Amino acid sequence: MKKVAIAIDGIGKRYRIGRRERYLALRDVLANAAKAPLRLLRGRPQNGEDEDDHIWALKDIQLEIGQGEILGMVGRNGAGKTTLLKVLTRITKPTSGRARIWGRVGSLLEVGTGFHPELSGRDNIFMSGSILGMKKTEIKRRFDEIVDFSGIEKFLDTPAKHYSSGMYTRLGFAVAAHLETEVLLVDEVLAVGDLEFQKKCLGKMKEVSSGGRTVILVSHQMNQIRRLCDKVLWMESGQVRRCGPTAEVVGAYEAAFGSGETVRQGGSGGKKVKARFLSWKIVEPRAELPNLLTTLGPFTVRFRAEINQPVRLGVHGVEINDAAGQLVWGNAAYNLTLRPGIHEFEHRIEGLPLKPGPYSWRVTLFDEFERIDMWDCLPELMIGTKPQGHPRDEWAGFLNVGSQLSIHSNGTGPTA
Amino acid sequence: MQGEVHDLATEAIQEGAATFDIVPPRGWFDLDLRELWASRELLWFLVWRDLKVRYKQTAIGVGWVVIQPVATMLIFSVFFGRLARMPSDGLPYPVFYYCALLPWTYFATALTNATQTIIEHERVITKVYFPRVLLPMSAVLSGLIDVAVSMVILVGMMLYYHLAPKPTALLAPLFLLLAIATALGVGLALSALNAIYRDVRHAMPFLIQFWMFASPVAYPSSLVPAHWRWLYGLNPMAGVIEGFRWALTGHGQPPSGFLFVSAFCVLLSLVGGLLYFKKMEGAMSDRI
Repeated sequence: MKKVAIAIDGIGKRYRIGRRERYLALRDVLANAAKAPLRLLRGRPQNGEDEDDHIWALKDIQLEIGQGEILGMVGRNGAGKTTLLKVLTRITKPTSGRARIWGRVGSLLEVGTGFHPELSGRDNIFMSGSILGMKKTEIKRRFDEIVDFSGIEKFLDTPAKHYSSGMYTRLGFAVAAHLETEVLLVDEVLAVGDLEFQKKCLGKMKEVSSGGRTVILVSHQMNQIRRLCDKVLWMESGQVRRCGPTAEVVGAYEAAFGSGETVRQGGSGGKKVKARFLSWKIVEPRAELPNLLTTLGPFTVRFRAEINQPVRLGVHGVEINDAAGQLVWGNAAYNLTLRPGIHEFEHRIEGLPLKPGPYSWRVTLFDEFERIDMWDCLPELMIGTKPQGHPRDEWAGFLNVGSQLSIHSNGTGPTA
Repeated sequence: MQGEVHDLATEAIQEGAATFDIVPPRGWFDLDLRELWASRELLWFLVWRDLKVRYKQTAIGVGWVVIQPVATMLIFSVFFGRLARMPSDGLPYPVFYYCALLPWTYFATALTNATQTIIEHERVITKVYFPRVLLPMSAVLSGLIDVAVSMVILVGMMLYYHLAPKPTALLAPLFLLLAIATALGVGLALSALNAIYRDVRHAMPFLIQFWMFASPVAYPSSLVPAHWRWLYGLNPMAGVIEGFRWALTGHGQPPSGFLFVSAFCVLLSLVGGLLYFKKMEGAMSDRI
């Protein structure tokens, strides 16, 4: 029987609502402390907050991962994927349960962990490697490989603050890819960078696990998951929705999106809303996935919405944002009259000459008084067109437009 | 934890115990010294990075290390010395003040930096695990280079004033060690507190200033009435500064029982700081 690398037994993680991001001011605590005696008198325990004040980001996770397996983790934003990785890397402690890991753990939750902008590429390799848990001798031994993989040898002695984002990503991943730990936990970090480099990284990951190492990989890109993973874990609302062989789980996951079963997360909260977007997909041309765009030419995208009350003087807006949240394109239609029922908003778009990578749609619907619905569509729009610009990512810019050069000259002098 | 090893079916097929056993936080004391020792290399990397980065893009560079204590020494010499005629244990004012400002400047900088480290490394803390104790530790250690540089100036001053170093100078590192331990102990506690209550940052300048006047930097400790000496000794930096000055110049109060009180307080703050830090460590990445 196969050896177990990770055994997760009933792991749960509870956050206090609103506590996760906000920091406390001392006066809040003093105010609470002042109230504490009263609370004691009333017979409530000092820390007896109601269950309502909390959310379980993870709840009773049971899982076993064998040595050398690549486990893919899928699920919508907020499903608890990153929290689970954070518990396994010991960044955060679980509230309940137990997890055991056999072997050293390396993690890649962001690219370029521990980089300092003032340090040179060379120094950053050592800094980042060390903070990720490599020994100095290991870094030294693999230094040339790391530099080779990153392809930035010319800029090794340049401070990282002068690097383009592409160079930064490459160097960051190159360091992490050479971690020699038995277990590797990777959050969705491969979505950044150009496709060529992504491929190289995927190849490296395959290599890593064929060396007997265990990998957990979070990704929204189903083709990545299909290509790499032996097993897939589907997380939903902090719990395991399904876990099993890749083809089976990915199929079920996609079916859930395609059929409109749970296309949009976080329902209307039970109450009847005026209107709600339900799902979206690219209807023409069809690609491998409903959210994958493979053409630079015209295409049609369809947003389904459920309208419960008549809309007069309605406005329907659509926009595309890049991964950084920057608006890249938007348009809107005005004076719409919509009757209750299911509506399909189809947009014929002349073409999106954008750099390949993840983008997101935002669709909105207003009536004459207010905004009825806004949806940041999931899964996000993946643009997977062939790069037309400069082969090096950092020189290619954000448009994906081909060009041709011809030189016309009236020069008469000698050529050399 | 060892008792629970057999509660899972998987145990049968595993040979050794798990490398990591991840459980909810429990108890007060779970300092893993082995882990700390194993990550000593990272500590040096953090110190090394600090030193490399600290004076990047400054015109005067490492000169800043010297400027701060020297400028303060001049100000003190003029105002407390020349104008206020403060007693100086028979030492020339510049030497008297510089001897105190050297360990004090180190301590104040180390403490301020250590307190900031956790917040400064928020990004890294939420993205990768390593013993968080290393961050305040590295801040305290990287300040030692400044001490070395400042010592050169001190030696120059002593030569200028024809003050021969005493054999007791060999004890000076011992006092420095006490300053390091104090900065670390208090820095650990404050950095953890700072991660959760940002009030700490605003209180820091005030705390440092208050602490300086509670230490014999601007005046000799002989100025403190004898029956208050014991209370004064509770401030570890009082013992450190008075002792450092005495060790190098032979002037002032030789260390007495009052140093043992100081040393005991140092130990207390170090242990307390470490305990509090470890207690908060688990919550850091969630609440920072």
